[in-house]
Amino acid sequence: MTTLAEHYRGLAAGSAVTMVSALNQALSDALSEDDSVLVFGEDVGTLGGVFRVTDGLAGAFGETRVFDTPLAESGIVGTAIGMAMNGLRPVVEMQFDAFAYPAFEQITSHLAKLRNRTRGLVELPIVIRIPYGGGIGGVEHHCDSSEAYYTHTPGLRVVTPGTPADAYVLLRQAITCPDPVIFLEPKRRYWSKEIISGQAGLPMDRALVRRPGSDVTLIAYGGALATALEAAEAAAEEGRSVEVIDLRSLSPFDDETVTASVRRTGRAIVVHEASRFCGYGAEVAARLSEQCFHYLEAPVLRVAGFDIPYPPPSLENYHLPSVDRILDAMDRLQWQETGALAEAAG
Amino acid sequence: MATIPMTPERLLPRQAPATLLDAAGRLVPGEDLGMPDDDVLLALYRMMVLGRRFDAQATALTKQGRLAVYPSAHGQEACQIGAAAALRPQDWLFPTYRDSMAVTARGVDPVQVLTLLRGDWHSGYDPYEHRVAPQCTPLATNMLHAVGLARAAVIKGEDTVALVMLGDGATSEGDTHAALNFAAVWKSPVVFLIQNNGYAISVPLSKQTAAPSLACKGIGYGVPATVVDGNDVAAVYAVVRRAVTSAAAGAGPVLIEALTYRVEAHTNADDASRYRSRDEVDSWLARDPVTRLREHLSRRGLLDEAAIATLAAEAEAAAAALRRRMNTDTSHDPDELFRYVYAKPTPELCRQQRELAAELASSRQAGGEG
Repeated sequence: MTTLAEHYRGLAAGSAVTMVSALNQALSDALSEDDSVLVFGEDVGTLGGVFRVTDGLAGAFGETRVFDTPLAESGIVGTAIGMAMNGLRPVVEMQFDAFAYPAFEQITSHLAKLRNRTRGLVELPIVIRIPYGGGIGGVEHHCDSSEAYYTHTPGLRVVTPGTPADAYVLLRQAITCPDPVIFLEPKRRYWSKEIISGQAGLPMDRALVRRPGSDVTLIAYGGALATALEAAEAAAEEGRSVEVIDLRSLSPFDDETVTASVRRTGRAIVVHEASRFCGYGAEVAARLSEQCFHYLEAPVLRVAGFDIPYPPPSLENYHLPSVDRILDAMDRLQWQETGALAEAAG
Repeated sequence: MATIPMTPERLLPRQAPATLLDAAGRLVPGEDLGMPDDDVLLALYRMMVLGRRFDAQATALTKQGRLAVYPSAHGQEACQIGAAAALRPQDWLFPTYRDSMAVTARGVDPVQVLTLLRGDWHSGYDPYEHRVAPQCTPLATNMLHAVGLARAAVIKGEDTVALVMLGDGATSEGDTHAALNFAAVWKSPVVFLIQNNGYAISVPLSKQTAAPSLACKGIGYGVPATVVDGNDVAAVYAVVRRAVTSAAAGAGPVLIEALTYRVEAHTNADDASRYRSRDEVDSWLARDPVTRLREHLSRRGLLDEAAIATLAAEAEAAAAALRRRMNTDTSHDPDELFRYVYAKPTPELCRQQRELAAELASSRQAGGEG
């Protein structure tokens, strides 16, 4: 097991890198350190992936370890399962969120269940990288937020980085994880930049307080994290102290970090791009009502996509959670009632 | 190994199935497959007799409520035994739910094989011990696992072939297409064995495909294919053996279509009289794989009445032992429900495990008070 400082060795300290570069470096470092790691999928070889996440890897590590497959997602995941049964660690790419659906049976019926089916005898340390979510003007089938399909499946771990530095850390952790990991890459943040330092990393299944605050907790992940942080900044200008939690791991869920925050602030909003109905936020809200009921000053709100198929590019801004929509939700958190009660009590 | 070009001519499968022994157990002249040695034939006969008795015992156990369900392979013994016996110890078998006989033929304890159908767990044996994957229920999905495992073997420099079984119905699934294609492009050492028993539960082959034969599908992927009489264990053994040898030598995958028949219903819960005639079943009983080989071995003096009786007694004893071992109530540990979901149970799973334990403790207490 390498230390976190070693994880970062390929990333020059002090220079800002994109999430794409951070992911590329993570794959490169994993391939260097462990001969059993393989990278494959559609267009990941010669082309370096449609988002260039695997750029240069086939040249550096050879086509036995980094290779293009026939165009069939079920085939990619199904063969990855067989390879993992035989001791390899495949890291496969689904080109886009909605293009992973043909692999759904392999993921839910086998990848998630083989360990349990065999009482722990078959281990499948497979990472499925999926660029997901909207915000890049993608046409239909290129912008889905499909996380709830995977988080609803026991046996899978589901993680999503919100920043380039975390993308590196989480991907390295996912590749060494003995469980199958669905690794959701927020494609609208692929070109965001962040200075990488040798900061201490969290375990893969822990959430991170990205911005401390005392009035309200914003719970976000993936592509919505930057939006939540922006909203927190805007709210600060209006005198509200907003805490922002980056979930990182959607499954398992880090109850400890999230409930500690909400018990302190008494108010919570979950932000995600995915549709609201039965979306990931519904689980978060339910858990908060179970675990923080007596601490809550207001109902837990969800700022999410509408319950519509993902809209065409010209209309996607109506759908995506925006800073204004988060601020509006924040205004609905019964501040006056609390104030009036406090006044009455005083 | 020199690459032989996959010309259309070379890829087109034969039309008449490869047969070494006809329905009466007589040698079929002109077949270029080598006849297995006598000791192999005797071993195949023994394994088929044991397999058939195991299958009958499992069916009986469903009637006694000891198995939740059992999909019989009665009639398909030649496919199951011929294929399993043709594998080398270092090879892998990827079976379906109907292939319990093949799994036991690989050496897996029959009680462990029946764990799934007993309802005690989803699979009862260690896949790595005998190189047998868990019996697969979703059709065709395990074909891709076989292709991946075989490719990994090549990458690791291991001499391993993966044989995956599927039925005629499974050839309509998308994963069959993906698996044949991936295996061919990667030249993975995989043998695909279709047990074409004529029906996918109730749906006949004529409603499953318009292809001249299922073996014909190979040409579209660049996979050489062949057809074999699936009730002739000598031919199945020889064809699978040849495919394993060729795949192991680096020539890529092979597709085999074995023509056979499921004598019993799909499972004990099925009524086959709703979709096929008694005459049809009888016509296949006349081509019985076990009788066929017995006739052949008897005629050649390799098997006499005493040997047949001894073998029948061995099968009877094995069935009795199985019955005895299955006629016990197994204990179940509810903690196991949470133990294998992840390498290490998550905090949430630990919490749910405690919830269930508390619920059980309180119901025990209530029961005690009542």
